[in-house]
Amino acid sequence: MTEQTEKNTGPETRNGVVLEVDGITVIGRPSDVEIISDVSLTVNRGEILGLVGESGSGKTTLGLSLLAHLKRATEIVRGRVRVGEHDLAALSERQVRRLRGRAVAYIPQSPASALNPALRLGVQLSEALHDASLGRDQVMERVREVLREVALPDDDAFLRRYPHQLSGGQQQRVAIAMAFVGRPDLIVMDEPTTGLDVTTQAHVLETIRSMTRDYGTAGVYISHDMAVVADLADDVAVMYRGELVEHGRTTEVLSDPRHEYTRRLLMAVPLLRTSGHEEPEARTDEPLLRIGDLSAGYGRTRVLEGIDLSVSAGECVALLGESGSGKTTLSRSVAGLHHQFSGEMLFDGSPLATSSYRRTADQRRRIQYVFQNPYEALNPRKRVREQILGPYRHLVGRPDSPDRVVAEALERAALPASYADRFPEQLSGGERQRVCIARAVATRPDLLVCDEITSALDVSVQAEIVKLLRSLQDEGMALLFVTHNIALVSNIADRVAILNKGEIVEYGPVGTVMSSPEHEYTRALIADTPDFELSFPGAPERLGMDAESDEVREV
Amino acid sequence: MNASSTNTVSEAPARRRPGLFRTAWRFGRTKVGVVLTGLIVLIAVVGPFIAPYTPTEFVARPFEADAAGAMFGGDNRGRDVLTRFLWGGWTLLLLAGAAAGIGVAAGTVVGIVAGYRRGWVDDVLMRTNDVLLAFPQLIAALLVMSIIGPKVWLIVAVIAVSHMPRVARVIREATRKVIEQDYVKAAEAIGLPRWRIMVVEILPNVTSPLLVELGLRLTYSIGVVAVLGFLGMGLQPPTADWGLMINENRQGMAVQPWAVALPVTAIAILTVGANLITDGLSRAAIGIDRGVEK
Repeated sequence: MTEQTEKNTGPETRNGVVLEVDGITVIGRPSDVEIISDVSLTVNRGEILGLVGESGSGKTTLGLSLLAHLKRATEIVRGRVRVGEHDLAALSERQVRRLRGRAVAYIPQSPASALNPALRLGVQLSEALHDASLGRDQVMERVREVLREVALPDDDAFLRRYPHQLSGGQQQRVAIAMAFVGRPDLIVMDEPTTGLDVTTQAHVLETIRSMTRDYGTAGVYISHDMAVVADLADDVAVMYRGELVEHGRTTEVLSDPRHEYTRRLLMAVPLLRTSGHEEPEARTDEPLLRIGDLSAGYGRTRVLEGIDLSVSAGECVALLGESGSGKTTLSRSVAGLHHQFSGEMLFDGSPLATSSYRRTADQRRRIQYVFQNPYEALNPRKRVREQILGPYRHLVGRPDSPDRVVAEALERAALPASYADRFPEQLSGGERQRVCIARAVATRPDLLVCDEITSALDVSVQAEIVKLLRSLQDEGMALLFVTHNIALVSNIADRVAILNKGEIVEYGPVGTVMSSPEHEYTRALIADTPDFELSFPGAPERLGMDAESDEVREV
Repeated sequence: MNASSTNTVSEAPARRRPGLFRTAWRFGRTKVGVVLTGLIVLIAVVGPFIAPYTPTEFVARPFEADAAGAMFGGDNRGRDVLTRFLWGGWTLLLLAGAAAGIGVAAGTVVGIVAGYRRGWVDDVLMRTNDVLLAFPQLIAALLVMSIIGPKVWLIVAVIAVSHMPRVARVIREATRKVIEQDYVKAAEAIGLPRWRIMVVEILPNVTSPLLVELGLRLTYSIGVVAVLGFLGMGLQPPTADWGLMINENRQGMAVQPWAVALPVTAIAILTVGANLITDGLSRAAIGIDRGVEK
């Protein structure tokens, strides 16, 4: 997508430094811990800096301090932030407020919460301009102009709409329009495409790129998604524990990362594999789970229609779809959490009841479910030990040696046994998800339903969880892996079902689907997924390029 | 949670965030509240043992302000004011505590069941609640008392019933937030019985609003019990009771102010103290729920 040659344009853009950050340090009160320490960077006119790092690395704090906006109980203690000719850190709150929207603007992560649901779009957009010198007609003229630029309708009917009448992608484009309406010198974008599906994301990224270039705005794009940044940004800055560990041109960082952490971060991004898959052997035996002509819905709304799917023992079947495709409804139906479905669902030859309460204890034990958000899936008032033993006692019975059950489960989830005494709040996101997996595997299930279990986690953690799932699969467990991440699917699944608007549009071995997709939706998904190649030494060990490591695993 | 795991204070790298009580304790108001409440509770509990006379002993002339041997003089019948003050607290505390406790417990059960089961159970429970809410607390109490007569158990029951729907509303809201969380669904997926889900998964996670409600209801109960006593619908003479004392001695307030001032001050301090604690708890609960440090 990116035209690499386009980036080295004329000398006036090269020298037009818009944002200059010099040794900025932000501390948190009252602990005085440095959240970001001594960060310096520059961004040129019309260019985008990709600011990447894991959650907690301080990238959002840095992004906000570029707007001289600070979260509660944080404070800039040193350093300068120069945008154009203004030094933001030195200005008073009132002076900064006057610059916001004109010199600096911000696009937040969730457009749904950034737009005021009670105001019509026209009002919000003209409010964002907040320039008293312009007349009403001029303001509306400018608003219409910027709407055209983000490829939205500019008629009165559209301006009279409320945010909830727009799709997620449209809302995000309105947020972009709001940011650009005042022709700012600097725009800070905090993961603006995280909640969007890949096709919409591709459109939004395209809009952002052309807008920054046309307006000569300097953009700072905060993201944990290396693939997006590699696609979009001219420069990359890598944050790690509050420090800037790497800063350079995107092409250079990708081909020759200097810092060990950057290397790890790059390697953790799953590569979209479209070739080199092994053909899975044809299975003739009765599958572990067979779903035939299933339809499900909420009340009168149909969400799923005519679903046929099967999972054999020891197999990983991926269910790929965008938000709203019905993939979670399907996985919850399998787990007995969604009751309104009809059709055939056989587990090991016997039919599954719609509600988990009407299934046999053995069926409940053999199908376990891992939830998307590990921050919500563990009872905050129970220690890890109890989280694991509770379901075990209920499904298997009182264990002879509870300590051994807990230790074994934790070990299978690659956690030390000492974690048993911790509370969920003492664990990181990845550790929590491991505990969720430990809780699920403690009862020795045959089928593990994983509902987007990596989407709330950082990429490096995601890579570890995927490794863990593979080892579980090697032990003979079948996986139903629900995700929207096609790159991940291409690396973990044996077979893949692609779900679009409640129907399976393509279903087959992952190698066939990835290399020669038949449905146009699949082709669009593969084309719109941002991806990048790594060329530095050691890069082949990256997840997805593991033809060799496959052999290692089998040893 | 269990004995073996609580005493292993291992080298856990991530410290637990301080709980509700410890967070609340950091507020100055909570400390003041605890001191004030503690003072009154101490008087009420220890009072009967250190009182110089028995509460019905006549030691002075009625409304005698400076009787020998009675520090705060005599009341309307000539009984020792200090003694009656020391004796009169525990009945109030006991009645208020029991009423608040029973009311909050009942409200919690109703709230969790209504919030979790939804559907017709929710409708029936909450509409019944609405009916109960329609009765003003004090008027309802007075009405029942004047029909059936002032009995101790009735005071507790009427106040508890009037608390129940108010607590149930708050707990129901908290429950609905908790059941959206995946750990409740995880428990449903393994077929854990509904009552166990309510006890094990939901109840421990609504304790913050629960404690705040308890404090609030306790404060109201103190007020209602004292008012009932004052109106003659509470405990009956010759029991020593703060609410009753205020009523009995108000005619002689000009000549013998102590007999009214002491119980009024005690009730005021108790209410203010309990309110401060509740306020501290609710501030801490807000901080904890939002995940805000500090």
